[in-house]
Amino acid sequence: MKAFELDQSARAGSVSGPPTSWDDVADRTFRGLARASVWLILLLLAFILWSIGGKAWVGMREYGVGFLTSTTWDVGKQQFGVLPQIWGTFYSSLLALVIGGFFGVVMAIFLTQDFLPPRLAQVFRTTVELLAAIPSVVYGLWGLFVVVPAMRPVANWLSEHLGWIPFFGTTLSGPGLAPAALVLAIMVLPTVAAVSQDALRLVPYKVKEAAYGMGATRWEAILKVMLPAAATGIFGALVLGFGRALGETMALAMLIGNSNQISLSIFSPANTLAALLALNFPEAGPREVQVLMYAALVLLAITLVVNLIGESIMAISARRAGVRR
Amino acid sequence: MRRFSISILVIALALASTGPTLAQDSVRLTGSGATFPFPIYSTWFKSFSGKSKSVTVDYQGKGSGAGIQDFLNRTVDFAASDAAMTDEDMAKIPGGVQLLPMTAGEIVIGYNLPGSPKGLKLPRDVYAGIFLGKITKWSDAKLKAANPGMTLPDQDITVVRRADSSGTTFVFTTHLSAISEEWKKSHGAGTTVNWPKSDKIVAAPKNDGVTATIKQTPGSIGYIEYAFAKFAKVEMAELQNKAGQFVAPGGDGGPAALASVQLPANLRAWISDPEGAKSYPVATYTWMLFYKENKDPKKAAALRQLVEFCLTEGQKMSHQMGYIPLPENVVSVVRKSASSIQ
Repeated sequence: MKAFELDQSARAGSVSGPPTSWDDVADRTFRGLARASVWLILLLLAFILWSIGGKAWVGMREYGVGFLTSTTWDVGKQQFGVLPQIWGTFYSSLLALVIGGFFGVVMAIFLTQDFLPPRLAQVFRTTVELLAAIPSVVYGLWGLFVVVPAMRPVANWLSEHLGWIPFFGTTLSGPGLAPAALVLAIMVLPTVAAVSQDALRLVPYKVKEAAYGMGATRWEAILKVMLPAAATGIFGALVLGFGRALGETMALAMLIGNSNQISLSIFSPANTLAALLALNFPEAGPREVQVLMYAALVLLAITLVVNLIGESIMAISARRAGVRR
Repeated sequence: MRRFSISILVIALALASTGPTLAQDSVRLTGSGATFPFPIYSTWFKSFSGKSKSVTVDYQGKGSGAGIQDFLNRTVDFAASDAAMTDEDMAKIPGGVQLLPMTAGEIVIGYNLPGSPKGLKLPRDVYAGIFLGKITKWSDAKLKAANPGMTLPDQDITVVRRADSSGTTFVFTTHLSAISEEWKKSHGAGTTVNWPKSDKIVAAPKNDGVTATIKQTPGSIGYIEYAFAKFAKVEMAELQNKAGQFVAPGGDGGPAALASVQLPANLRAWISDPEGAKSYPVATYTWMLFYKENKDPKKAAALRQLVEFCLTEGQKMSHQMGYIPLPENVVSVVRKSASSIQ
């Protein structure tokens, strides 16, 4: 800011000269551009919604609400329903969030609460962020060739001995919900860890010093003071991670087994909306395209709502922490 | 996925439009469609483009359905499809469509068993039963009876199917419908069908996805193109044909199956359950689609050249690449029909 002012005044020839007409034009142009960009983004979102909605309209009229509650996807008989996909989308994302969320928050505590020398913490932070740079299809291949074979004996032992629990009701043969959710958990980890770290850093250091001053131990300070203070932010991080998990496509298409069924067992194959879309578009006939657009709209609505909730929680937490974001 | 292929198409079109300015008499042909013959088509087109200096051919394996869409929208010069083209769609093209079978392939049932025993024999009712979800154990009495001397484990059978809609599924389910009344009634034939709901039926995307899943899953079984099974070294079952014989894929069974079917005038024939003691039971032609009336006579001539190349040089490469060479009589019929591309 300072450098900019100096630069400006140097051009104007005196320390406190009025803005030149060039400054005025530049200022206006920049403001116009910025405003146009913002509107463009809004328009783009509206346009995407409008164009998908337009194509989905026929399907929506034909299949109505029954589309969301029926379980058959049969192109030959022209019967379409996405309840198993909605179920699978939420179930896999929730499982991923439980695993990824736990590790993400623990990692955020570890990296922000002075457990490590700052330089080492930075190395860890970068490593976690690198996880976000791995392409989805690579995660899928890794899941297929590493996670599934590794998980199979454990899963089959669980279903043999604890099969009376509905979550372990079936054996894991190959692709299924559990390996998909595990890989998904790794994929949402960077999001959760990064946003939770921000939330924890937003808590003023004074708060922690005050806790220590009252004789709290390190863990008491973290669990009873820091975490509650950052709770809304961390919750927002979890919701954002959830939103990311909902839309994940390729890794899931490769790992989840793409079976249109609703089962509580985490070892049975399932399906997700994103996988359904990715796998059926290329060969879809005109009618199928309409219902796929309808399914796309459903997915879009779910992710938009989840992300809106996440963002508003984050906004609330930032306001509480007294920092403007 | 689709947006990606559209952007490729845009680039291809942009390149195509700059083509003529570079060399006045060069012709660029674009095609799109089926992925099953993509390996052999791309080899053919590459060597054809190399041999004839003035013609270049671009082919994108987008899937049969997408190829037909492009063909209807006239954004390509030709298309390719495993499911040929319906009369309804063909009627939408003024001037008419010429379907030409260019190559053929077998669909195999690949499996993964401990110790990888070779030559599993599958009777007709057994493999229909497996895909119906009726036969669920490798130690099933019917499987044991058909394979004396093979040690079959007491393990669940995991069926691997295609997750995306595909010509492969179409051909395989057409065959299942032909051999099993129950399959026909409850699931039918199509590029995607409503599969039995079971924890032991999983789906993977594309031929390579199914192949990888079979390789990674002990006790699994699934249908894939012969070429994929061959190159990934997946064990392939011997299937019982209509005459009651067990035939392994990749040998004389494919040509015998093709020879058993007489091509009708429109060259669209389904080999749903071939006759003959030597025939391999699940085989299919795959087609290229051409406009009978092309706007540019130079393009039409180039297309005819291309067909001729595929019928002569092309067929010699088929066997090695895992496809079935067209029988002599089919080649001559296709050659004659190609003259209607004008």
